[in-house]
Amino acid sequence: MIAGLDIGSRSIELVTLIDGVVAEARKLPTTFDPVSQCFKLLDGLRPASLVGTGYGRNLIQRLGLDCECSTITEIKAHALGAAHLFPEARTVLDIGGQDTKAMSLAGGRVLKFEMNDRCAAGTGKFLEYTAGVFQIPVEEFGPYAMKGENPPEISSICTVFAETEATSLMARGERPEAIALGLHKAIVKRTANMLRRVGLNFPLVFTGGVANNPCVLDLLAKSVGGEIGRDILVPDNPDHMGALGAALHRHHGNAADAR
Amino acid sequence: MSESTHHEMWEKLNMDLEAHDGLLEVLGKFYGDIYLSQENRLKGAEYLDFVLSEVHGLRIKELQDAKAQGRKVVGTFCVFVPEEITLAADAIHVGLCAGAEAGSELAEQLVPRNTCALIKSFIGFKMAKLCPYIESSDMIVGETTCDGKKKAYEAFNEIAPTYVMEVPQTKSEAARDLWKSEVLRYMKAVEELTGVTITAEKLKEGIKVINGKRRALQRLTRLRAASPAPISGRDALLVNQISFYDDPVRFTAKINELCDELEARIETGDGVAPADTPRLMLSGCPMAVPNWKLPYVVESSGAVIVGEESCIGTRNSRDLVDESGETLEAMIDAIADRYMKIDCACFTPNQERLDNITSLAKDLKADGVIHYSLLFCQPYSHESMKVDKALQVEGIPMLSIETDYSMEDVEQLKTRIEAFVETLA
Ligand code: SF4
Ligand code: SF4
Repeated sequence: MIAGLDIGSRSIELVTLIDGVVAEARKLPTTFDPVSQCFKLLDGLRPASLVGTGYGRNLIQRLGLDCECSTITEIKAHALGAAHLFPEARTVLDIGGQDTKAMSLAGGRVLKFEMNDRCAAGTGKFLEYTAGVFQIPVEEFGPYAMKGENPPEISSICTVFAETEATSLMARGERPEAIALGLHKAIVKRTANMLRRVGLNFPLVFTGGVANNPCVLDLLAKSVGGEIGRDILVPDNPDHMGALGAALHRHHGNAADAR
Repeated sequence: MSESTHHEMWEKLNMDLEAHDGLLEVLGKFYGDIYLSQENRLKGAEYLDFVLSEVHGLRIKELQDAKAQGRKVVGTFCVFVPEEITLAADAIHVGLCAGAEAGSELAEQLVPRNTCALIKSFIGFKMAKLCPYIESSDMIVGETTCDGKKKAYEAFNEIAPTYVMEVPQTKSEAARDLWKSEVLRYMKAVEELTGVTITAEKLKEGIKVINGKRRALQRLTRLRAASPAPISGRDALLVNQISFYDDPVRFTAKINELCDELEARIETGDGVAPADTPRLMLSGCPMAVPNWKLPYVVESSGAVIVGEESCIGTRNSRDLVDESGETLEAMIDAIADRYMKIDCACFTPNQERLDNITSLAKDLKADGVIHYSLLFCQPYSHESMKVDKALQVEGIPMLSIETDYSMEDVEQLKTRIEAFVETLA
């Protein structure tokens, strides 16, 4: 059994493979004690090999497991996962808890990538935080925003400034759904730019937790001019793609990669 | 890092002892983590460790002793200030560019917040009384290489008298004439400072000494083309950094010894990393002591750095001054010509830098290039796009990094650099 563990800023996902087939997929919030969360996820499993990815990938060395441990970056992991499910994929977009990444692929390999630096502007964190301002669970924020019309322009994708903008728009009497839509548009605008910088080719695979947000998906399709389901593909469990990719990395068994 | 015996000296230099102790402590820890933890290090690295441990101690003592004998110290911020002239007037030339965040907040009283870390650092070091080199300098020389520096020296002049050289921004005939007149003006200024008249004989000696230093650095650059890489990028950067501080004659001898050791290593096929380790070249902004963040992240991401296209790197050592001139006039011409070859991003147009980068990357057998620009550095940020295109034509992948001296982005840098290395493997 091979396990892939994606230790992100907001959640940790685990995927196990037996003979290259997904056997198990689990997920827990990261919390302030990611190590015990990892143990919970691994409960009852005895993988022969464990591959860590994500922001906290190096934590797996600290778990003290008696299995072979290695790490890859989430960029490679998402690319591997995407290319596995959609071999025709040319571009991958991953919007996670605190990072947004865009990669162009050639033959399943990453050619070029872009990633936001330092601040979490325009990432899952941004949605989570602004949803909080509306007192709406982040899972419902997308459908809520889709009810909006004539969204006001939100000029900032800085989480803090966007909140200021949203509250002043509310004070001006703008409809909250419209403001929520404006916030979604701000993310998508920035994401589309990042995609263009790596050279956007279809099909594009959209992964990471934010791919579950129907409003972002819809706006993205409009912004880059692709059709959902044909040009823009979303896996069934977009948030498990990093963990899947990590496990696949070991499955493909490239010894040099184990370095 | 240094012994407390230096405290008295620092006090005389009017430094802030408490803040300085804090800086040395951080520096020492940083050095331990980044340098002393390396495996399979060279014997010659002892010299590097020693010089660095005494960078604010014994070396400053040497400067003070020289000053007591009437010699002058010239502090500079850029590789454009001709060191051979300083030397010909029997003065000591030290590079001042500071590479730490300490004092940067203070600097924001004199320069805008959106100023590159390098500028904020040297201003901050002066304001916070942290740098014994600044305090030891009898003359501080700035230059007009970028708008940020140009204006920063106006502000800096208020707290430390600063002499500014006008570096042209094109490589035209007229620009070369301007530069030559600036070289002559600098010569006068140094003569005035030291009371020494620069003769042909003295200048010839100065040229020889500085060329010797550059030849040692060139030799190091060439040896790094070997695979497996015989020296870590961190240590090689340190060599380049120390070349700005240490006595040039001693430095040259020590680096040649280090190169002998490298040759022996190459002979036996020994290296700091396995032969199949991805080889990266750094390119871009200067990295002054103790700015080791990027090299450290790169070399802990499964890659080895094989070259620095930087002012603290090949831009400082690539070209020699022609040694055939016998008259003062001929030597000044040779110096002017040599410095006009510097391919700082401040020049327009600047095709030679692109050519130099691609040929260096090929010579060093680099698998990829990391372009480093400091946040708010217009010249290098602009050129990073051009460099990317030029390298693409050659099939050499490039990753562009924009950062400063703070540690807050280390995790993101790690992810990007590891991912870049993964694409090369
Ligand atoms: S980058 Fe330009 S200005 Fe800065 S030290 Fe180098 S040559 Fe001088
Ligand atoms: S060239 Fe760039 S790094 Fe150097 S001083 Fe100017 S802005 Fe700063």
